[in-house]
Amino acid sequence: MPRDIEAEVVVIGGGPAGMAAAHSAWEQGAKSVFLLEREKYLGGILNQCIHPGFGLQVFGEELTGPEYASRYIEKLGKTGVQVMTETAVLDLEPSRTIRTVCPRGVHEFHARSVILSMGCREKTRGMIMIPGTRPAGIYTAGLAQYLVNIEGYLPGRKVVILGSGDIGLIMARRLSLEGVTVEAVVEVRNSLSGLVRNYVQCLLDFDLPLLLSHTVTGIVGKERLEGVLVSQVDERWHPVPGTERFLECDTLLLSVGLIPENEISQKAGISLSPISRGPYVDETFATDVDGFYACGNVASVFDLVDYVTFVSQKAGEAAASHRPRGKVRFVLQVGVGTGLVIPQRIRNIEEGILFIRPSQGFRETQIIFRKRDEVFARKKTPICRPSEMIRIDIPSIPWPPEGGEVTIEITGNPIQGI
Amino acid sequence: MKSPEIQSREYRQLICTACPMGCTLEAEKEGDLIQVKGGRCQRGGKYAQDEITNPRRVMTTTCVMEGGELRRLPIRTTQPFPKNRMDDFMTFMTTVRVSAPVFCGDIIVSNVLGEGIDVIATRTIRKKQPAP
Ligand SMILES: Cc1cc2nc3c(=O)[nH]c(=O)nc-3n(C[C@H](O)[C@H](O)[C@H](O)COP(=O)(O)OP(=O)(O)OC[C@H]3O[C@@H](n4cnc5c(N)ncnc54)[C@H](O)[C@@H]3O)c2cc1C
Ligand code: SF4
Repeated sequence: MPRDIEAEVVVIGGGPAGMAAAHSAWEQGAKSVFLLEREKYLGGILNQCIHPGFGLQVFGEELTGPEYASRYIEKLGKTGVQVMTETAVLDLEPSRTIRTVCPRGVHEFHARSVILSMGCREKTRGMIMIPGTRPAGIYTAGLAQYLVNIEGYLPGRKVVILGSGDIGLIMARRLSLEGVTVEAVVEVRNSLSGLVRNYVQCLLDFDLPLLLSHTVTGIVGKERLEGVLVSQVDERWHPVPGTERFLECDTLLLSVGLIPENEISQKAGISLSPISRGPYVDETFATDVDGFYACGNVASVFDLVDYVTFVSQKAGEAAASHRPRGKVRFVLQVGVGTGLVIPQRIRNIEEGILFIRPSQGFRETQIIFRKRDEVFARKKTPICRPSEMIRIDIPSIPWPPEGGEVTIEITGNPIQGI
Repeated sequence: MKSPEIQSREYRQLICTACPMGCTLEAEKEGDLIQVKGGRCQRGGKYAQDEITNPRRVMTTTCVMEGGELRRLPIRTTQPFPKNRMDDFMTFMTTVRVSAPVFCGDIIVSNVLGEGIDVIATRTIRKKQPAP
């Protein structure tokens, strides 16, 4: 293999996003498509998500993570996409030069289009500032998931989980099934973060307590974790004095959020949104630097792999078509009740999907589109929760004729508890 | 598992998981008759019936992989498995050892614990190549 490689499309990261993007770039007619993955296997985070709940929308049946990955690996095998595993991208330039290292050496790709699909990583203890000592026994939930499901090790015997998002709930069930005692799932919000289905099947099925409006306020133990201090919090998430109590455990799992993995994106001069923590993208998932696309969790944390697949197919098609981009017509901002909106830019109102994450759960929900003081569209949905993005087809919105800045607000009856 | 079983004329609260609404259901059971209130649609009744008379879950876990590139093989049941036998299922799976290679979809155990349900591999794992 030569050191310098000319390519029509290079996809960085071989998780579900990268696989779908590479596949649809090939289907769209791109002549040379490379898919670069730093691990030994394709599939990304799906390989460790052995539970069911994937693929209902894409394949019409409920699969586990590894099965979903297998399906896509098979689809890719029928194309001419050149897959390079154990190949890490170290550097990117705005000119679409990509430097990689792999067991066969160092390569430099020169691509017409680059698709970023590096996924995300987990927030750690340092990022959420829990005081106390630094004993062994504190893991992110995703690392524990890897240890249990891929390596076959249990992280401990008695566990407290901080965060009621889906990864935390899924790990509570996984560890309970393996005979580990889960003392409690501790959640700082006054409502569940994950899916109701996971609350029922991961906590209620095993009689596991969920402590809403609580957080971990201290770590106890020298060599190994001996327990955590847990306190109730007020509406502003400040610990309430006098409510602190000790929970004995040898393991604390942190399930406190994910951050898109964008170190190399920044080297290409791509600007990142402080809200999604990923590149600003338009309805085809084009970034603000010509020829660069970003899809899947690198663009914004998606909860459903099916959504990741949809947006990545879109990015793959656009990257292979090399259509000149039009002007940005609308810039979308998050307003009251809205946590996130992706894409943040719209060039063409005739295609694409908006994904909107509410900042909290609401019943009788209204999604309001506002340009300055004028509301130009309202969408209704009976219920929304932060664990599930709201999907709205871009062409279904009566966009005003002149472009500009649009704010998206969400109102409704706030959900407390489950 | 540990959730209280219904005896004659019993009330039970359930959360419907048949859609994202997550309605709270009040089920009243008298003999074989189950009445369900609180759901916003018909599916809630069916959900409560199933959860009370025959709760089932798709089971997923891993088992030992011998001679493979990876040490654990992820598996699942092909159909939902009786919830009250989850512990038996987990104990049984600790006795299962599979030799590489194995392909995603291969049947690992047929008719597991006599329930008429199979256990399948959910990942392809190749044979480990001897070190050169
Ligand atoms: C710990 C964890 C657990 C999750 N659990 C669930 C779950 O239970 N259910 C669910 O629906 N969703 C879950 N998700 C969400 C899930 O990540 C998404 O649905 C989906 O897998 C995202 O796909 P992706 O391709 O964007 O990212 P990933 O699956 O993360 O894939 C990114 C890939 O890029 C590769 N990569 C990164 N940087 C480089 C580089 N510089 N060079 C080469 N390759 C690189 C990585 O090795 C990886 O293979 C979880 C996410 C995390 C982080
Ligand atoms: S009762 Fe109907 S609306 Fe309510 S959660 Fe069940 S399926 Fe959804």
